[in-house]
Amino acid sequence: MARIEDRAPATATGDAPLNDDIGEELRLRMYRMQVEIREAEQRAYDLFLQNLVKGTSHLSLGQEAVATGFAAAMQPGDLSFCTYRGHAHTLARGVPIERVLGELMGRDIGLMRGKGGSMHLTSAEHGVMGSYAIIGAHLPIACGAAWRAQYKGARDVSVCFFGDGTTNIGAFHEALNFAAVWKLPVVFVCENNLYMEYTPIGDVIPVEHPAASRALAYGLEPILIDGQDADAVYRAASAAYDKARAGGGPSLIECLTYRYSGHSRADPAKYRPEGELDRWKERDPIKLYRKRLQQFGIAEAAITAIEADVKARVDDATETCKASPPPPLDIITTDVYADGGWAWRN
Amino acid sequence: MAELTYRDAVARGIAQEMARDPDVVFLGEDVAKAGGVFKTTVGLLDQFGPVRVRDTPISEQAILGAAMGAAMTGLKPIAEIMFSDFLAVCFDYIANEFPKSRYMSNGQLKCPLVVRTGNGAGSRFGAQHSQSVENWAMMIPGLKVVAPSTPRDVIGLMAAAVRDPDPVIFFEHKSLYAVKGEVPDGEIVDALGTARIVRPGRDATIVALALMVPRAVEAAERLQAEHGIDCEVIDVRSLVPLDTRTILGSVGRTHRLFTVEENPRLCGWGAEIVSIVADEAFYDLDGPPVRITTPHLPLPAADTLEDAVLPSAERIVDRVKRAM
Repeated sequence: MARIEDRAPATATGDAPLNDDIGEELRLRMYRMQVEIREAEQRAYDLFLQNLVKGTSHLSLGQEAVATGFAAAMQPGDLSFCTYRGHAHTLARGVPIERVLGELMGRDIGLMRGKGGSMHLTSAEHGVMGSYAIIGAHLPIACGAAWRAQYKGARDVSVCFFGDGTTNIGAFHEALNFAAVWKLPVVFVCENNLYMEYTPIGDVIPVEHPAASRALAYGLEPILIDGQDADAVYRAASAAYDKARAGGGPSLIECLTYRYSGHSRADPAKYRPEGELDRWKERDPIKLYRKRLQQFGIAEAAITAIEADVKARVDDATETCKASPPPPLDIITTDVYADGGWAWRN
Repeated sequence: MAELTYRDAVARGIAQEMARDPDVVFLGEDVAKAGGVFKTTVGLLDQFGPVRVRDTPISEQAILGAAMGAAMTGLKPIAEIMFSDFLAVCFDYIANEFPKSRYMSNGQLKCPLVVRTGNGAGSRFGAQHSQSVENWAMMIPGLKVVAPSTPRDVIGLMAAAVRDPDPVIFFEHKSLYAVKGEVPDGEIVDALGTARIVRPGRDATIVALALMVPRAVEAAERLQAEHGIDCEVIDVRSLVPLDTRTILGSVGRTHRLFTVEENPRLCGWGAEIVSIVADEAFYDLDGPPVRITTPHLPLPAADTLEDAVLPSAERIVDRVKRAM
């Protein structure tokens, strides 16, 4: 099984040079993004406890490096297709925090003014082409966006994120086969956080790795990476995007990661074996990356300044959302059809 | 003016739009090299090439999902689902994805595509290849739904569907593919949401769709000749948008309403039309509206059995005569 990080230049080994393939500026950007996702997701949870976030929410606490690495390697114009666990991927494309939290809170400032909710975050101007809450639905849709790029000779890549549980639904297999046969510039990213909702993924697959073990069935290279290491994610993403842009077709990348919270807000995650969460927290992506920054000689003051700035921004965004009114009722009937309205009869 | 089959009109309609707009692309199972299992797309591969006319695996979710992703990002795809019964295996796109992406994104996403599909009975294929499922699509906010009954309408409504900025489900009737009709030369572009009065009449309004339109017209001729009952026949053509003006106007003149539906009875489109007329034109009516439908049954395969369950001209004559 290919592990792209094994082929990458040596990093974080004590005296590795600052000008490695990733570089200081990008590394600081990726650290900031991971902290932003962590703080925003934690805030979403707190706001839920205060009954200010209604409905459901699916957090990416613990999975920040995956969203960060894939987004950081994208170019403007690349397209993200996310799942209901999509806050992180939306933030990672540069969507303002208050537009995300505002949508979760059902406020007018929300990305979709409250018409979509937590599971459907969309920001077309940032390349976030929707978050899809029907498992597997967006894999074929990402194929279609990639088909358009191929047809038009455009160089953008469509990147499709999903969980380990998605690998058992029909649309996953249809999309993988379709993308491989048509050689589409699409990158499928499986975030294997070990649980299909409440069930360990190992209980419901006959192979070791939900995505990587199935890649060969579609003529694709099995790729399994450390999803807790943003650098490893970034390198795997860059390689897959380069391949897609060069006409080399799709990639399927499985990222080993872990979610700290339950499947959704309703799930206390009591099914996890004792000690599992603590073991994963030892490889917390932010802790790990913070250490790497230090190894590369970044000053502690620079790191804490990023952390303080992100916290302040999340606080500001929270206040902005609380001050934002609920959406006006007249938007209930807008944008059903392209004429802006909802008329079904003449 | 030329005579064309409904089958050939499908290819002409698609070709008209592909020639006009390079962003129109076409995909489906066996649609390119084989020209379609119903031979509705013969010649399109030769005319437009393999980049624009593409065969797919047997993967209905991939077909509709890919059409949606392409539509969201700038193409105008036409996707074929071979039999409308198969919409059930990709219904997520019909029910959850196409019609809701614009709304949920507060207008950020668009979905201008056409799903064309072979609908309806008459081929003795049995319960999973013969259904009329236009009501499956009609009940979902965000979709548009059309079902042409003539070769001319196939071309005109295809053009309207492809040019429409919303997702359109285009139901072709398999038992009409061999039917010929006059088609004008040159470009034909129709409007969605327009019903057509195909036979004017004074005594009763019969509203029909697709294969039921010629049967309603045949029944109307016999009712006139044999019983002196002069029926107006309306081809609904477009279930969404629904041309309620034409229907209400007709009922206002005839004071009687009959619907002829091939779909099984419960929640058929005729029920919606009867409900609208009852709400808005109750006092125009001289008698209760009558729905003539396929009974609420799976369709049997044998010719004699299938013929017995579909609304026939005989049954329409009988139901109208008894009600009047």
